[in-house]
Amino acid sequence: MTTLPQTTEKKLGLVIDLDTCVGCHACVIACKEWNTGGYGAPLSDQDPYGAAPSGTFLNRIHTFEVTPSESRCGSAASAAQIVHFPKSCLHCDDAPCVTVCPTGASYKRSADGIVLVNEDACIGCGLCAWACPYGAREMDHDAGVMKKCTLCVDRIYNDNIPEVDRVPSCVRTCPANARHFGDLADPTSDVSRLVEARGGVELMPEQGTKPVNRYLPPRPKADIDAPDSIDLVALAEPETAGFLSWLDRALERLG
Amino acid sequence: MTVEPKIALSPKVSDEIRRTTCYMCACRCGINVHMRDDKVRYIEGNRDHPVNRGVLCAKGSAGIMQHYSPARLRAPMIRTGPRGSGEFREISWEEALQTAVDWLEPVRESDPKKLAFFTGRDQSQSLTSWWAQQFGTPNYAAHGGFCSVNMAAAGIYTLGGAFWEFGAPDWQRSRLFMIFGVAEDHDSNPIKLGLAELKRNGAKIVGVNPVRTGYNAIADEWVGITPGTDGLFILALARELMRTGNVDLDYLIRYTNAPWLIVADEGESEGLIARDGDGTPLVLDRKTGAVRASSDGDAAPAVKGTVTLPDGRTARPVFELMAEKVLSDEYAPDTVADACGIPATTIRRLAAEIAHAAFQEEVVIDQPWTDMRGVHHDKMIGRPVSFHAMRGISAHSNGFQTCRALHVLQLLIGSVETPGGFRFKPPYPKPVESHPKPHSGVTPGKPLDGPHLGYPMGPEHLAIDDDGTAKRIDKAFTWEAPMSAHGMMHMVIANAHARDPYGIDVLFMYMANMAWNSSMNTRGTMEMLSAQNEDGSYVIPKIIYSDAYSSEMVAYADLILPDTTYLERHDCISLLDRPISEPDAAADAIRWPVVEPDRDVRGFQSALIDLGARLKLPGFVKDDGSPAYRDYADYIVNHERRPGIGPLAGWRKDDDRPGRGAPNPEQLDRYIENGGFYTAHIPEEAQFFKPFNKAYQDWAVGMGLFDAPQHYVFNLYCEPMAKFRLAAKGYGDRQPPDNLRQRILETFDPLPAWYPPFEGAMVDGFPIHALTQRPAAMYHSWGSQNAWLRQIHGRNPLYVPGSICETHGLVDGDWVWLTSHHGKIKVPIARMDAVNSHTVWTWNAIGKRSGAWALDKDAPETTKGFLLNHLIHELLPPKGDGQRWSNSDPITGQAAWYDLRVKIEKAEPGPWSEPHMPAQQSPVGVGPDDIAYGEEWT
Repeated sequence: MTTLPQTTEKKLGLVIDLDTCVGCHACVIACKEWNTGGYGAPLSDQDPYGAAPSGTFLNRIHTFEVTPSESRCGSAASAAQIVHFPKSCLHCDDAPCVTVCPTGASYKRSADGIVLVNEDACIGCGLCAWACPYGAREMDHDAGVMKKCTLCVDRIYNDNIPEVDRVPSCVRTCPANARHFGDLADPTSDVSRLVEARGGVELMPEQGTKPVNRYLPPRPKADIDAPDSIDLVALAEPETAGFLSWLDRALERLG
Repeated sequence: MTVEPKIALSPKVSDEIRRTTCYMCACRCGINVHMRDDKVRYIEGNRDHPVNRGVLCAKGSAGIMQHYSPARLRAPMIRTGPRGSGEFREISWEEALQTAVDWLEPVRESDPKKLAFFTGRDQSQSLTSWWAQQFGTPNYAAHGGFCSVNMAAAGIYTLGGAFWEFGAPDWQRSRLFMIFGVAEDHDSNPIKLGLAELKRNGAKIVGVNPVRTGYNAIADEWVGITPGTDGLFILALARELMRTGNVDLDYLIRYTNAPWLIVADEGESEGLIARDGDGTPLVLDRKTGAVRASSDGDAAPAVKGTVTLPDGRTARPVFELMAEKVLSDEYAPDTVADACGIPATTIRRLAAEIAHAAFQEEVVIDQPWTDMRGVHHDKMIGRPVSFHAMRGISAHSNGFQTCRALHVLQLLIGSVETPGGFRFKPPYPKPVESHPKPHSGVTPGKPLDGPHLGYPMGPEHLAIDDDGTAKRIDKAFTWEAPMSAHGMMHMVIANAHARDPYGIDVLFMYMANMAWNSSMNTRGTMEMLSAQNEDGSYVIPKIIYSDAYSSEMVAYADLILPDTTYLERHDCISLLDRPISEPDAAADAIRWPVVEPDRDVRGFQSALIDLGARLKLPGFVKDDGSPAYRDYADYIVNHERRPGIGPLAGWRKDDDRPGRGAPNPEQLDRYIENGGFYTAHIPEEAQFFKPFNKAYQDWAVGMGLFDAPQHYVFNLYCEPMAKFRLAAKGYGDRQPPDNLRQRILETFDPLPAWYPPFEGAMVDGFPIHALTQRPAAMYHSWGSQNAWLRQIHGRNPLYVPGSICETHGLVDGDWVWLTSHHGKIKVPIARMDAVNSHTVWTWNAIGKRSGAWALDKDAPETTKGFLLNHLIHELLPPKGDGQRWSNSDPITGQAAWYDLRVKIEKAEPGPWSEPHMPAQQSPVGVGPDDIAYGEEWT
């Protein structure tokens, strides 16, 4: 068993906007690309050109179709929606992956709350992946060690990188600006304000792991079958009978 | 408390950052390539770059796996087995180029048209077209004809510019944005950045697409339209706006041809613009009732009424003709609702939302400007409604008219080149008249008589002989597709095989996977490429192909010129071609070899320049016959199209004004120092109303975009179409064949119109629409060789709407036969409800031929992957008149991919998708069993 810090000075984490995530996988690949040459063992790929390619990814996007229950008569389009859901380690305060670790390899940093694996101590037993309710850890089959999101700990403090780029690779690259990084322990941070403004949520709070990352829920979609909400005619000329009856008055105004 | 290990928080990242331009798709983002130990450590977006401003998509970040792909070709090759087998022998470049010269030299000397040179997804068209012109063949085009020429041509003919590279929504100021049928792998970073900006600003996004993935998934409203009916929907919106007077009349009168008079009398000038003796269009002055020149600043042009012209003919303004057409019940929301699959209430509401945003949320910028008539305006007034569209509305046989309709809708509300609307990017806007006309004049041993492609203004510009025979192998610019501005690459192989209009000797292609996903009727195309005469010779005698990777097309070539990867090459993304400009700046860019090739490969453009010199093509050799250019880099710097104007605008010598100047030998170094691109900002007073803005026109002349100002107004009415229609009525010297007259009369409406897509109207028993979507993480067929990307999109089930699943008793994982009038495929399915209920779809180009792309023979792309292309014929079904028409738009020749209609039946499962093509031999073997990229650095 490995212990967690009582508290951490910061709670660094991600805020992911499900309203703007288009599911493009940019973050997935940027993460792979940075981390395969970065912290710890490479993120290997098995059978990469074969029948069943599989590789280690620290961040994946899951795509779900959800259908609100009301009926949608009269339209060829259904009410079903697609939600793209990026998922990586949530850097939980009560991280069960840490407490379950038999060697102390999994740990949570007291300074910033990042959950890491010390690969030198990892025996590849896989208990942590089993304990994580989010499925956020992946065993690297080549190195035999457990891999997980590091919040790019080798970027965010890195003096060799310009200050503006000291953010996780996934955040740096996201074309839809759907990913945000910061200190969620600081109520004045940009990410905390964003969570406040947009009603950011924890993922599966009932698991009791106290995740640090937050998700911003999709805004409600317009209902295609809603009745006319704006009176088109009232916007312009009062309609009278006849072909282009508004035209003469409009021309008069032009002078 | 566990003792925390000490970790390195500032590890070394790279030895050097080399900034170049991405080519993982056609988006042309700026990238920082981090090099370590002479290997690529990491690729990230360039924050300073105008296209992507630092972000980068999945494809861009996966560039490492593309650059080191096992499918890379290694050396020139000559075919040793039969065509299609993939059996080759590696040869030297000297042997390869000499072989090409031996094949091409006699063609040029005897009959240059027997070379067909088509260049696919080429970003160097200003070079490749010039090469083809100097060779003397009329048979050149890139891939626009099978891609999105309807969008491009409708934009040019209507607005003097098109979406994407040539224009963009005003993301910052738009309040309402509608996006129709846009592939998620094209222009994807700018669009995603734009969508995020719209969301931040609280603007509304409406996605119009049969499928609710990607951009449509995050749109505030999704309109799941039935394929091929976008034109009906757009015209119904236009009708509602026009019916209620929600149009920008002042804008229409000033900046469009709405007030121009159109001849109404039957006869040889019916439908033409009434003009004075100088050729200036006429308008009716509503104050005096007199007919005056449209250029007369004192006129107050009328937009309705019938007038007798001085010569006795009668004429009516464009606007009134348009109103009459659009206000007909044909386009009433209640009439179109069922066909479009959109409730009439939704159409009316969206029209109201457009009107509300345009006129109640008017944008005003306090920026004075002066228009072309010398009128001073103290501010810029804009309509914050913007639109974007691409192949979804364009790849139909009614696509040109649909794209025209969308542009006309933009004009009705005054949102083109105004704040909040749609803005052009230099070198656009420019009037359609300023584009070249098609040229096809062949003289053995000499260059062609002018540029191949252009914008015909009437029958006089068609590329046909006196007897009406096509001069071009693809039959572009004939009566079958008079306004085919990008050529018709999808017809080249079929026509060459049929020797119709003539046989060719050499087919030379670059970067176009015509033996697979880039052709309709894939199996038929493979058969045509390998068809033999009775004596065993091939019907298409010689095929030269250049590609960087072991694609399906490689197997069908006789001679392979292996291209480099995008990190190993020079390129210019030029203002002469398809630059990276933004609405407030002209910009161009380069690629340069940030990694040296480790194989015996050469950038195609360098090989082409070498070939041009060996063939002694004018411009490719100096007076003494020696090569004019060492390679492409030398050409980029030293070639001048006009004095002082070259492929790159930045850092020319004696650069007292940007854009113009003598070649500068240090130009590429300056580009590299600046991050691989150059930007010239447009002055504030010139940033909107560009076609009519004096300051913009002066700036554009200074930049060398034009040599004189090119003021013009937008075309609600497209007069060239009236000219083709007059010919179909029997007027004029150049006459269409009788069997095409009716079709021309029906489709060449000079005002936007809608007619049903041809395939759907011709077949019975195929009730379902079938189409492909492009995933954001793949670019055509390229992604499947990429170890990382194929883990995201390695399979492409057919997505079937829930209602069709229930009718046919289908559940996820079942297999079906999908049948069209032309073919039958067996494929696995997945149920999906977020799709138009009459439409099935799949991801584009995931299916692969076994043996291609260095994949294992049992890769899922080959066992379960599939192409819809097998169901799509390049010709429409027979009509019983002995003729079969091209499956294309009758106006532009755009390939009508999305007209496909199918039926579905449950099938026995697997074991593999059908048709299951025999494997090709891989000239590069198969990729490795494991990858642990970056292990030396961790």
